[in-house]
Amino acid sequence: MNLYTKRRIINAVNLSLSMAAMAFGLFWLGWILWTLIDHGFSSISMDVFTKITPAPGSNGGLLNAIAGSLFMTVAGIAIGTPIGIFAGIYLAEYGQRGWLAPATRFINDILLSAPSLVIGLFVYQIFVASTHHFSGWAGSFALALIVIPVVVRTTENMLKLVPNSLREAAAALGAHQWRVILFVTLRASKAGIVTGILLALSRISGETAPLLFTALNNSFWNANMNAPMANLPVVIFQFTMSPYDDWHKLAWVGALLITFGVLGLNILTRVLFRSKTNLH
Amino acid sequence: MITNSKSESREKYQAFIDAGFKHTTRFFAFAVLALLAGIIAELFIGALPSIKAFGFGFFTSSDWDPVNVQFGSLVSVYGTLATSLIAILIGIPVSFGIALYLTEISPPWLKRPLGVAIELLAGIPSIIYGMWGLFVFAPKLADTLQPWLIDHLGPLPVIGVLFQGAPMGIGMLTAGIILAIMIIPFIASVMRDVFEIVPPTLKESAYAVGCTTWEVVWHVVLPYTRIGVVGGVLLGLGRALGETMAVTFVIGNAQHLSFSLLDPGSSIASTLANEFNEAFGKVYTSALIELGLIMFLITFVVLAFSKLLLYKLSKREGEKS
Repeated sequence: MNLYTKRRIINAVNLSLSMAAMAFGLFWLGWILWTLIDHGFSSISMDVFTKITPAPGSNGGLLNAIAGSLFMTVAGIAIGTPIGIFAGIYLAEYGQRGWLAPATRFINDILLSAPSLVIGLFVYQIFVASTHHFSGWAGSFALALIVIPVVVRTTENMLKLVPNSLREAAAALGAHQWRVILFVTLRASKAGIVTGILLALSRISGETAPLLFTALNNSFWNANMNAPMANLPVVIFQFTMSPYDDWHKLAWVGALLITFGVLGLNILTRVLFRSKTNLH
Repeated sequence: MITNSKSESREKYQAFIDAGFKHTTRFFAFAVLALLAGIIAELFIGALPSIKAFGFGFFTSSDWDPVNVQFGSLVSVYGTLATSLIAILIGIPVSFGIALYLTEISPPWLKRPLGVAIELLAGIPSIIYGMWGLFVFAPKLADTLQPWLIDHLGPLPVIGVLFQGAPMGIGMLTAGIILAIMIIPFIASVMRDVFEIVPPTLKESAYAVGCTTWEVVWHVVLPYTRIGVVGGVLLGLGRALGETMAVTFVIGNAQHLSFSLLDPGSSIASTLANEFNEAFGKVYTSALIELGLIMFLITFVVLAFSKLLLYKLSKREGEKS
């Protein structure tokens, strides 16, 4: 075999392997989504949204878990977003000099990928251990700590995309820097920042480990953020680990709801961001 | 004159708000730093009783005995490292293949949908991976791959010890494979991004002297982006080390040191997820927190290296342009 054919063959083999790798990745996505539809879809009924989590053997739904997840997610976003936006503004607008901005940027990037379990432990230590009970607020607080790095990163990136000529034009008209930031640059990058918030929302919607140590679970209807609170991920965890068939069914429904919610958000952020980049 | 002093006071007022605004943003930027310091400090404080009770022995002991209050981290640390290693071994070639496909082979109209599909894999919550792994994937493995491994690799010298036992489905191998699926999108997306920064002229020159696509990738693209690729792999490793729910479902949760990958084991994260809420006594809880601290420090170092490498690459790019 001459060298040329050999090189052609190596090329063909390796490129086919690359295609196989792509297929390998898509295969898992397809398999997991199919499993969820297969197991979850048949058990969806109105009961899921109108009844609370049942005892094994009786019928019920996921109402308290869905509501608890919504409460804590909304609170987590509400606490985390402003902090993240302010820190992101600092990095993008004031961070040209000094040590604080590079250090924060670095640490923030690490927190972005840090295990969420540790966040749960941290909130347990400072919140749950001192109040001596699990609570919805502790859960929201843990989720907020996961939201912050995501929002910081996207806010900084989006603000940096705003052309400097806009800032200079506003400053030339006599606007102070805080006005320039709030009414010019922040407004110009609104769509991008909303994207970041949605991204954070999809990150925390499925988080289980931090809630396990903070909000725990609650088999009853509860709208009191100061008490342990049911939430979809922890309910799925407990129901899956149980030996009861009807609990497994509800866990599949919960899994279906969470996954398609999260993937829907993911796709929505892409559509939003794309329409934004198309404008420029 | 009156208007003058009015505008002067307005000017002062504006300057005051300006300074206040700047300090507010700086305060929150500082808060992010303080968060990290706070996490390490709080975990350290929580771990103190255990550090005092076991000292360095915590790292070398494989005891995990809540009843006699004897704790060591060896089983969990071994489980964490073994599962992450399996994940990385599977994840690197597959991610490389995916990145190669997306940057060099894919027809342009397929690039975006395929890229999004792979990223969606990263969007699926880890608890879903765990549930699917427990109910669907593990039974499949127990019927197919595991008996084969036991029959064919089990009798081999040296590596045979990794493939002993019964095909139960759950265990460290299963956890490692699921971790691999979870980190592939992260590594692949970093690889794709760094492959795309290779200057087209470099690739075109290689094609012009007659290189095949594979030779361009292997001899031009990869050497050019080496630091970025390593950064991406470390990012994936950092993710795998700290992954909790997916592992908890399928690793089997046995606090017993066994080198076989088919046996149930424990990772740091799975031990915490399973036992933290049921822990009784100060030392037990504290030993769990110490495990968490160890995990955080390991992932922190891995992720810090990853970020430094990626910064280095983007800085090199910045200097050139």
